[in-house]
Amino acid sequence: MKETLERLWEHWITQDLLVIAGFALVFWLLRRGARNERWQRAFQRMKRDRSGLISLAVVLLYLGIGGLEMLRIPGGPYGTRSILDVFTAGVAQEKTYSAPLADELLNSPRHEKLNGRHLLGTDVLGKDVLVQTLKACRTALIIGALTSAIYVPLGALLGILAGYFRRRVDDVVQYLYSTLASIPEVLLLVAILMVLGKGLGTMALALGVTGWVTLCRLVRGETMRQSERPYVAAARALGQSHRNIVLRHLLPNVMHLVLISFVLGFSGIVLAEAVLSYLGVGAPVGTSSWGAMIDSGRSELARDPAVWWNISAAATALFILVLSLNILGDSLRRAFDPKRT
Amino acid sequence: MFNYIIRRLLYSIPILLGVILITFTLDSVMMTPNEKASRVLGPKAVGKTRTEWIHNRGLDRPMPVQFVNYVKNLVTFNFGTTWVTGRDLSETFLQGVGPSLCITLPGFFAALLGSLGLALFQVFVRNSPVDRVLTLFSVALMSVPTMVYVIFAQAFLALNLRYFPAYGFAYEPGMLRFLLLPIVIFMLINIGYDARLYRAIFLEEIGQDYVRTAHAKGVSTARVLAVHVFKNGLIALITLVVAQLPKLILGSLLIESLFGIPGIGSMLVQAIQTGDQPVVMVSVFLGSALYLLSLIVTDILYAWADPRIRLS
Amino acid sequence: MSTPLLEIRNLSIAFHTETGVVEAVRGIDFTLAKGETLAIVGESGSGKSVTGLALTRLLPEPPARYVSGEILLEGRDVLKMKPDELRRIRGNRIAYVFQEPSTSLNPVFTIRWQIAEAIELHRPEVCDVDAEIVKYLELVGIVNPRQRMNDYPHQLSGGMQQRAMIAMALVCHPDLLVADEPTTALDVTIQAQIIDQLKVLKSQIDMAIILITHNFGIISGIADRVAVMFRGKIVEQGPTAEVLRNPQHPYTRALIDCIPKLGQRRKRLTTIDHAALEAL
Repeated sequence: MKETLERLWEHWITQDLLVIAGFALVFWLLRRGARNERWQRAFQRMKRDRSGLISLAVVLLYLGIGGLEMLRIPGGPYGTRSILDVFTAGVAQEKTYSAPLADELLNSPRHEKLNGRHLLGTDVLGKDVLVQTLKACRTALIIGALTSAIYVPLGALLGILAGYFRRRVDDVVQYLYSTLASIPEVLLLVAILMVLGKGLGTMALALGVTGWVTLCRLVRGETMRQSERPYVAAARALGQSHRNIVLRHLLPNVMHLVLISFVLGFSGIVLAEAVLSYLGVGAPVGTSSWGAMIDSGRSELARDPAVWWNISAAATALFILVLSLNILGDSLRRAFDPKRT
Repeated sequence: MFNYIIRRLLYSIPILLGVILITFTLDSVMMTPNEKASRVLGPKAVGKTRTEWIHNRGLDRPMPVQFVNYVKNLVTFNFGTTWVTGRDLSETFLQGVGPSLCITLPGFFAALLGSLGLALFQVFVRNSPVDRVLTLFSVALMSVPTMVYVIFAQAFLALNLRYFPAYGFAYEPGMLRFLLLPIVIFMLINIGYDARLYRAIFLEEIGQDYVRTAHAKGVSTARVLAVHVFKNGLIALITLVVAQLPKLILGSLLIESLFGIPGIGSMLVQAIQTGDQPVVMVSVFLGSALYLLSLIVTDILYAWADPRIRLS
Repeated sequence: MSTPLLEIRNLSIAFHTETGVVEAVRGIDFTLAKGETLAIVGESGSGKSVTGLALTRLLPEPPARYVSGEILLEGRDVLKMKPDELRRIRGNRIAYVFQEPSTSLNPVFTIRWQIAEAIELHRPEVCDVDAEIVKYLELVGIVNPRQRMNDYPHQLSGGMQQRAMIAMALVCHPDLLVADEPTTALDVTIQAQIIDQLKVLKSQIDMAIILITHNFGIISGIADRVAVMFRGKIVEQGPTAEVLRNPQHPYTRALIDCIPKLGQRRKRLTTIDHAALEAL
């Protein structure tokens, strides 16, 4: 029974459905949010924010590439392969390192010719660095999505409950996040990962458990402000249930904070993944991740001649994604700023 | 004042207990004594050696008793020994503080001055193209992972150009050679993030009425920023600055380990790579204790900077 | 006739906001003689405060932009001055008292420090700064000034804070005091005290005053002349008594009707029909 379930879980159809469901969920949430007048005003402002739009385009590009690598179809030597594999099937396989755009292997005494050209060169196994870098999008996105799936609902829910019910609920929530916030984040992450072991799932769990604090604080504060508004008192006077007030009135008015935190948090998670993988408590060995590529790049840089393209490609890909997310988050924050009317 | 500090210390106790509960759960509940023993003694040590090891550490006692002992040990700074090297933990931490501070203190002050200056300047030229470029620059600085800074600095500045030694540490007159590069990188990592926060704080202040009053008195813009706005912004700044205290003492994991600085950060990375759990757990406790301490320091500084606040 | 202290010619000020350009002040003219008191009256948003701030270019630019006109202080155009010239005028020739004393004073400096800053800027020749501060705090009716000056703003009541603001404005002997809604944020009884204080000061010091207010009720005993602003324009100006007795513009009449009068019984206060006025 358990075995069947595991096999079902690992089946490519299940995985694909999960990926599609994830994308659909985010899209649906954005659509729902866009009904809110405040969101519409913010979107109007975003349309005029050039840096925000550029960063949005870049983020969508990464999402697209990561999505292509996540969606699997039957075929290839291992039974299944990703759609990205299909697109890059024509890229030649080499024996080992070659420099970007070179026509022979690196340091090859017999000047061995390459099977093809590689824009960013090849790595130690002779794989095209550009393809590897693109494939590593998947790891970053999976970690980001899994972590967000844990910390966003947790932080938003606890924040709203604490801000709306106050008293005991607030005391408990405050105690929880004060305790977590008192621990330096990296150390807590490392402590959790040391005990739970490596893996994408455990890394997302650790990042999720530590990551909800900031969002919770923001949502709690905004909920408190909103609760004091007359519309909440009016809803209560009309005899609406707590559940209705929280879901219909408060949640839509704090969702913009969730969106901003989600975008900015994503950049933090992607960076943390790289650092944790580098420290050896992150992605398991064999997962293609930018953190792992940077890690191996350290010794490659010390070679003679230095192999700089592998680490540079990973570092640049990581940098551009994090930078775009940060800029996008900032411009979302500006667009939603209540002080600008 | 004295009463206030005592009260704040009492408030910290439940939080510290919460932290200890977290580490205890990770340390002792999620891991059976047998698992621990095989990690420390190796998988081959079974039978008497293992049971003795477990018994000596009290790991066979009921959980509540273990927890009480655990708390007692931590709060009396009796941290025990590491698993891998068997050295005394408090001693190891104390040894690491010096080298860590050699990097983090100068780096912290450089970042503080740099980001304050940058933030004030950006507020001075706010909403101009220069401001936008500097903001982008700040965001870019914080979007680079720490190890990328270190690896590239080592590869180009130290190994290729030989401006600095790539690695090492020594307490000697010429130690600055070793420290300069790590300090600069520590500064770079922090400066972008800090400058952005400080800019937001100062921008918030610049819209206040008292700023208009100062301008109406004929005070120059530079003085309005450096005196009026700065002192008001200081209050918000204090929280951010003092909250970095634990980070300074615990050092930087990546910078220290990559540059071979024998601080707490290096020690932690070593512990992470060798699976030396007690080192990490104790550092979690210490980090939290330092943070709670920094909160009290924050409050005292608040009272000093803001005449509206009285500690009582 | 000698040059007036202040002459405003065809002044227009616009604000550039996200939703478009808002013309806050649309071609106003007025003059002010030395020692004269002018009241600028209008509802909120009529451009009266903007006019007051514009006199020393205190409006943040952007979003504000001076579209046209001149602000002549003894014949020199303030709008053409360099920043350091402007600074020498601010606080020195033209001083301000603002609406909200609790936020207009810097919360983290003592009253003494804030007044001393003004003295050091414009009157460096003063040796005994403390004595000067005490003198002016006394002048504005602060009891026990020697102790009070070491207080922080939050330690004073609203009325005392506003008196301290006035002292800070007077300490550099300005030719013109711009009082921008100086009593709006205060209790009614304190309002009367502050206005009385201004009247006393006016008789003691030779200084012109521009009193910006939405309240026709407070201007009668203090203002020599009154200018009524509506939607960025001055719709009527003249000697206070005359305007009060015989208002020409319907908006002025409506504003005057808004003053509750003793001994009169009315069901409700007049409301102002903006659409009808705009059509005029």
